[in-house]
Amino acid sequence: MSKYLQKQADLQKEFDEKPSSLKGDYAQKEWWEMPVEFREGNFCFPAKPEVIEELGFPNPRKWSVTEEDWQLPEGWQKTLMEGMRERIKKYRSLKLYLDSCVRCGACADKCHFFLGTGDPKNMPVLRAELVRSVYRGDFPVVEKILKGFAGSRRLTKEVLREWYMYFYQCTECRRCSVFCPMGIDTAEITIMVREILQLVGLNNNWILAPVANCNRTGNHLGIEPHTFVQNIESLVDDIEELTGVTVNPTFNRKGAEILFITPSGDVFGDPGVYTMMGYMLLFEHIGLDYTISTYASEGGNFGFFTSNDMMRKLNAKMYHEAERLGVKWILGGECGHMWRVVHQYMSTMNGPANFLEEPVSPITGTKFSNAKATKMVHIAEFTADLIHNNKLKLDPKRNDHLRTTFHDSCNVARGMGMFEEPRYVLRKVCNSFHEMPENTIREQTFCCGSGSGINAEENMTMRMKGGFPRANAVRHVREKHQVDSLVTICAIDRASLPPLMRYWNPGVSVYGLHELVGNALVMDGEKKRTEDLREDPMTGFDDKGDDVD
Amino acid sequence: MKKILIPLAMVVVLALVPFIGVQYLGMSYLFGVIIPYAAVALFVAGFFYRMVDWLGRPVPYNITSTCGQEQSLEWIKQDSIESPSKPWHAAVRVLMEVFLFRSLFRNNKAELRKGPDLVYGSAKWLWLGGLVFHWSLLVIVLRHARFFFVMTPGFADSLEQMDSFFDITLPAFYLTDALVLSAITFLFVRRVTDAKMRIISLPTDYFPLFLLGGIVGAGVLMRYIAKVDVMPVKDQMLRLMSFSFEPPGEIGTLFYVHLFLVCVLLLYFPFSKLVHMGAIFLSPTRTMLNNSREKMHVNPWRKPMRIRTYGEYEDDYREKMKKAKLPIEKE
Repeated sequence: MSKYLQKQADLQKEFDEKPSSLKGDYAQKEWWEMPVEFREGNFCFPAKPEVIEELGFPNPRKWSVTEEDWQLPEGWQKTLMEGMRERIKKYRSLKLYLDSCVRCGACADKCHFFLGTGDPKNMPVLRAELVRSVYRGDFPVVEKILKGFAGSRRLTKEVLREWYMYFYQCTECRRCSVFCPMGIDTAEITIMVREILQLVGLNNNWILAPVANCNRTGNHLGIEPHTFVQNIESLVDDIEELTGVTVNPTFNRKGAEILFITPSGDVFGDPGVYTMMGYMLLFEHIGLDYTISTYASEGGNFGFFTSNDMMRKLNAKMYHEAERLGVKWILGGECGHMWRVVHQYMSTMNGPANFLEEPVSPITGTKFSNAKATKMVHIAEFTADLIHNNKLKLDPKRNDHLRTTFHDSCNVARGMGMFEEPRYVLRKVCNSFHEMPENTIREQTFCCGSGSGINAEENMTMRMKGGFPRANAVRHVREKHQVDSLVTICAIDRASLPPLMRYWNPGVSVYGLHELVGNALVMDGEKKRTEDLREDPMTGFDDKGDDVD
Repeated sequence: MKKILIPLAMVVVLALVPFIGVQYLGMSYLFGVIIPYAAVALFVAGFFYRMVDWLGRPVPYNITSTCGQEQSLEWIKQDSIESPSKPWHAAVRVLMEVFLFRSLFRNNKAELRKGPDLVYGSAKWLWLGGLVFHWSLLVIVLRHARFFFVMTPGFADSLEQMDSFFDITLPAFYLTDALVLSAITFLFVRRVTDAKMRIISLPTDYFPLFLLGGIVGAGVLMRYIAKVDVMPVKDQMLRLMSFSFEPPGEIGTLFYVHLFLVCVLLLYFPFSKLVHMGAIFLSPTRTMLNNSREKMHVNPWRKPMRIRTYGEYEDDYREKMKKAKLPIEKE
């Protein structure tokens, strides 16, 4: 177990001793008097100087979060205040959301970090107040007249520490914005504050290193083209060994109809690789004319967690490569924040993509008119359409060894509105599917606790706390329906939910949706299947079993 | 406590100002003519400024909060209100926020129990309290129209009739008076009893509650207890409506307290959280359409940008790509 992880028993004790969503006695205290404490396990390491330098971000240096001196540049207050003013000019959302909160408290117990830590500053309203208090102090006349009345304060080092802590304890999941009567979206505020903090060199390595990798090699993991190809080819071998079917992915091929882009975690990470195998089986099954790019080899976009410009720069590769290869449209794999960026930002940032065509499924002829401008289709939409038109030969019994539930990924849920497609696919490829409680799914879904680039090992205790509401909902269906498989359509989920499950719900495994599709697909010329893509035995398909096929 | 007592003291002092001013210093012209004109002018200008200021700022990205199924495949039913794709969908969405507090209706409360176990319960009180509070205020404002026009407008008449349905006092008791006072009490009590609310509340949250309480209190006293003669009040309001600067007639001092607190509210409004009245119509997460893949949303401040091109990438990795038999652009 990680040294950055509080023992489960200790954390359990902490919860049990203070069984209240708000921990501690705050009767006599104001939130701005509470100290900020960086402890092992509750923060991410800062970005390495060489990484910052490579990206051209300000103030590269070696520094430590727990040290007193953060080696801030000369005039850091001025830089930050100007950065804030500039963004207030450029974003109506930011200005409006700083101005219009009435502190009704509806958001307070909606944040997974608040529910997991009981720390009042993790209530979305206070997270925003950390900035609002400084913003209000930026009107000197009013401030002098009503000193103390409006709760304003100066940007001190202590405030800066607060910003650094709490805006990296927000995963931009937008759950609070669903409940806010004003529609205030804390993610907007977090995005801006992180961008401003970047100006004085406050960031984390778990975000910036992938960003630098992605810029240089095309993907977050920093896989160079030859290794990228090798790895997918080894998955091809695995598929052949398991199913007897040879799939034939192509790379950087001009003239393919479709460019397929998925998070690099699907190519390199466990259990993402099984999802990748599922995609490839599906494409082989329908004879899709597609290619994978080693240059645009990343669906995810950690630039989204640093700055607007960086997000745009990384995202631009998708269109750039689609144009070079001359494909008709782009198909995107399972990922959360990737789809927030593709759905809500891509055409605005890098469009119009007039060199592409309105996406049409070559198998069913369905026009994806909802992607007319962006020209990028989500794999769950694509597969749901295939199944609906009876284009897939599926045997859902091949997933009978799994009892599943579905985790809506924040960004796909609240930044895209995709709820039915993955559920439709899931119901068609497996027989056992149980929903988690209604306050924890769909638009009310809880974050995995590690989204938006805080998935670092050293932040493990905080991640386990932030993921607690999700884990608790899984436990509910585990106890009620013996669910043992958590299905998701997000690469960060596939990386972060396994440790969360090991911690809170041992025995629950994490699956990508298309891994289950891959299990269920009855391929032409396949050999007798007894194991799923993970080489786990299927139920009722053993050698002596009564195989219905 | 300080953050509650200071705003309370402020409201008390503000109520005493016109009382002393009119009762002992004979400043009825100041409180009956000059301040009301100034307050209304500043309110209109201030509110207009805030709206124009917000509207003038760009909305670079489409950031709809999707709380329902997107429009995608034909056979999947779209939730057109929570995931709007046409302007009228979003209009309905926003109006439902304004009139019915739809998002607040979703509110639930999470409780941590031993286990540890999270339990979610229904929590509609804030929704109900907020709705009663705002609707009562609206009805009260509208039925005040009878003071501002020679002939009471039809809507004000019918509102008044409905509002005085429980005809148990003389003059007729208004239901909204009771409702708004209860709602203010509720909103105040939850701020001091719930530990979470106590932490997040600022003096600026208590002040408007006390101020509104003071306004309603003075109005209620005037009507039911002190029984201030309404005719000179109406005369004065009609004079103000015709932009007359004539001095007011003999009116009970309590009226000046009521009027002055309203003026303070008008002044405070555009520069405080009360501007949420206008903001709710503009919130991008609610007003925008979830059609960002269907229709390109334009960012007015987008500038050309240099990216790492495929060419540069190939230059860096050409040999490795060749070895991996990847197609390349240049030999």
